Amino acid sequence: MDWKRFSFIALIIIVLFGVVVMIGQVKQPPLLIVTSMLATTIAVATPLTLGALSGVFCERAGVVNIGIEGMMLTAAFFGWLGGIYMYHIFGFTPAVSIALGVFFAVLTGGLMSLLHAVLSITFKVDQIIGGTVINILAVGLTGFLNRQLFFGKGSVFGGSVPGSPGVLPTIHVPLTELFTSICGSSAACLQNVQAINRVFDQKPIAISAILLVFLSHYILFNTRWGLRTRAVGEHPKAADTVGINVVKMRYANVIIGGMFAGLAGAYFTIESVPSFEPLLTNGRGFISLAAMIFGNWTPIGAWAAALVFGASQAMLINMQIYRDVIPPAWSFLQESYIVGLTPYILTMIILTGIIGKTTPPAADGVPYEK
Amino acid sequence: MSESKIVLEAKGITKQFPGVLANDNVNFDLRKGEIHALLGENGAGKSTLMNLLYGLHNPDKGEISVGGKTATILSPKDSIALGIGMVHQHFMLIPVFTVAENVMLGDETVKNGSLDRATVAARITEISKQYGLDVDPNALVGPLPVGIQQRVEIVKTLYRNAEIVILDEPTAVLTPQEADDLFRIMRDLTARGVSIIFITHKLKEVLAIADRITVMRAGRVINTVIPSETDSAQLANMMVGRQVILTVDKKDHEAEEEILKVEGISVRDQRDLETVHNVSFTVRGGEVLGIAGVQGNGQTELSEALTGLRSPTTGKVTIDGKDLTGKSPRIITEAGLGHIPEDRQRHGLVLSYSVADNMALCDYYHAPFSSRGVIQPKALDENSRRLISAFDVRTPSPFVNAGKLSGGNQQKVIVARELSRNVKLVIANQPTRGLDVGSIEYIHGEIIKMRGRGVAVLLISAELDEIMALSDRIAVMYRGQIVAIVDAKKTTREQLGLWMAGAQVQAA
Repeated sequence: MDWKRFSFIALIIIVLFGVVVMIGQVKQPPLLIVTSMLATTIAVATPLTLGALSGVFCERAGVVNIGIEGMMLTAAFFGWLGGIYMYHIFGFTPAVSIALGVFFAVLTGGLMSLLHAVLSITFKVDQIIGGTVINILAVGLTGFLNRQLFFGKGSVFGGSVPGSPGVLPTIHVPLTELFTSICGSSAACLQNVQAINRVFDQKPIAISAILLVFLSHYILFNTRWGLRTRAVGEHPKAADTVGINVVKMRYANVIIGGMFAGLAGAYFTIESVPSFEPLLTNGRGFISLAAMIFGNWTPIGAWAAALVFGASQAMLINMQIYRDVIPPAWSFLQESYIVGLTPYILTMIILTGIIGKTTPPAADGVPYEK
Repeated sequence: MSESKIVLEAKGITKQFPGVLANDNVNFDLRKGEIHALLGENGAGKSTLMNLLYGLHNPDKGEISVGGKTATILSPKDSIALGIGMVHQHFMLIPVFTVAENVMLGDETVKNGSLDRATVAARITEISKQYGLDVDPNALVGPLPVGIQQRVEIVKTLYRNAEIVILDEPTAVLTPQEADDLFRIMRDLTARGVSIIFITHKLKEVLAIADRITVMRAGRVINTVIPSETDSAQLANMMVGRQVILTVDKKDHEAEEEILKVEGISVRDQRDLETVHNVSFTVRGGEVLGIAGVQGNGQTELSEALTGLRSPTTGKVTIDGKDLTGKSPRIITEAGLGHIPEDRQRHGLVLSYSVADNMALCDYYHAPFSSRGVIQPKALDENSRRLISAFDVRTPSPFVNAGKLSGGNQQKVIVARELSRNVKLVIANQPTRGLDVGSIEYIHGEIIKMRGRGVAVLLISAELDEIMALSDRIAVMYRGQIVAIVDAKKTTREQLGLWMAGAQVQAA
């Protein structure tokens, strides 16, 4: 990641935040708008970050993965379904059911990517086709099971969706408590601290996504595993000649990638809202890929790019709050579908490469033949 | 030397690939501290034997013993453990990794879970000093010159404590200076007890450096000889299986009128750096002008500018009186150019097209190959059959993909296409790079035939022997400029070498 890319990302985020602050300041103090935007940005960037990390692991090892979308969707469904089964059928407490739900989501992601690995590494199927198969399979499988299990005559849950065990709790960082004595009697000080506190109060998957970004970066660039992973993605034959098992390394990394996608799926149905609907991932898996490319196949770069998309989504959400105070000259911003286009337009701009070319791993998408 | 003990022995090795018996009951041994050259044409089975020793393939029959003990080598891991290291013809280096990362890959030093780059770098520096292999452990491999990359490969084997080093065609990609440097390194290595298997098809090299020479042909070992008891002619004979004419026989004749005239051209490369500065020369009909020079002194850009692949920034190029500066390759081709490009796989052929299609690439749009915009398969077929027999292309059929042919036959396809047309000028850039003796002999013969027919030939080559054998006049290129143009008969190898290294030209 070069400075040009990072400054472009910073610029876009500042512009998106700036628009909301300019419009919303008649209702709310700017600091509060910025911190609430920031909190939303981090939260909604979570599945994109995890999806991008999924892509980074797969593609660094030389396997193109456009099936992230499908892996997320399947994991979202089975994670949610697992939670319901644990809660209603096996009678676990809500907390345990939720935790097991996350486990099932990660497992599902891993299994879906195992399918991708078998197709693309063992059978050397065109990896774009393999990924497309995963995406189509995910839509069909989750749609079908959703209908069969919950709706219509003779369905397992008798025609209605039972209440899910709930969502993961927010982890409170006690900044406000810490600063209470420092602020003393100043109400303004306390208000500001409270506003800033909101940025840090995130849910477990959002927090782990950020930790995983830095962990992934460390693993890829500073460990034996990372060196070998990148070697099989750049020049598998060279890796083979020094005794590295190319097939094993690729399998392992694709499965790790799938587990990241699975955790991203859990975000939708276990962390964000406790329900599932068909097609709920809505292209986030593909935007993750854009983030991965814009981040030049590096975890930190991909995260920064994911934050841009997160910010554009946060803008969309906030525009609805400030809808009634949008000045007439900017009335087009009242149309949520126009604002909603921002992430997709950004994706296109980013992928044109006007911010500079990115370089994929040299053997990305190329099956290894001895 | 002959008294030293045998460190590696292969007995009765047989390996069958679909359709080819690559190794047929091969016996080979290597003594401690010797350089044992394995000589043979492309496809003779040298690389197969080495891949078996290194564990990239497994033999169908036969036995390998290392240090007197029978060894089972199923993968490179096994051979590395036995102290065998291999430097492949196409380097096994990762361009985006540093030297240290490349060297440690597969045998990493780790401290607290992190790669210990500092320790590895120190170890590399130590090896560098010990064997005179100067490399910077922290440099990125991609931008390094080929000669240095090769050193990195050798360091890689020594880092793994290799006592047997296999060098597969190590000089194919090197300039003469780099090759000399490699020979010095090889001597240093053997002096320290390392044994080397040196695979090559270059006769001069084996005579200069090998302690013993084993010649292979068509999967079999023909003989093992000692350099002092043999000569080039005998070796070539063993390699090819018939008498080979190693010297080019060309008749003296008067050159005709000027065909190619280059006036003060300058060319920029893709990084927008000027790599050819104000170059002027002429080539006359029936004359071969050789351009000598160490690779990377602007030869590539010069030939691209002359053939229309790149526009010169200044200057003028005329062929047979017609100004063709900066014109498209098609216009220049139609004006009478035959071009044998430097990289035959990238610029000379469409590898996924058949031999027949490749042979019509220059004029497929003319009659008889096209009629009203439709390709005539019959004409393509007839043309290719005629050329295949006329130019002795060894191919199972005209419909085989060009990518499936050996390097020598690929080059013959290009030569057939370019020289069979009615050309006035031939630009041949590294026409025999990487080819075996038989193919080189053939292509040299064709070039001399063109000269005899009154065609102007511009020969660009990094092989000084080739330049000296074929040229009537020799131009030396150094840092983008022609530093000297001399009569080939009135110069020496040494003098040309000095100019190539940048020595000033004495005023004549």
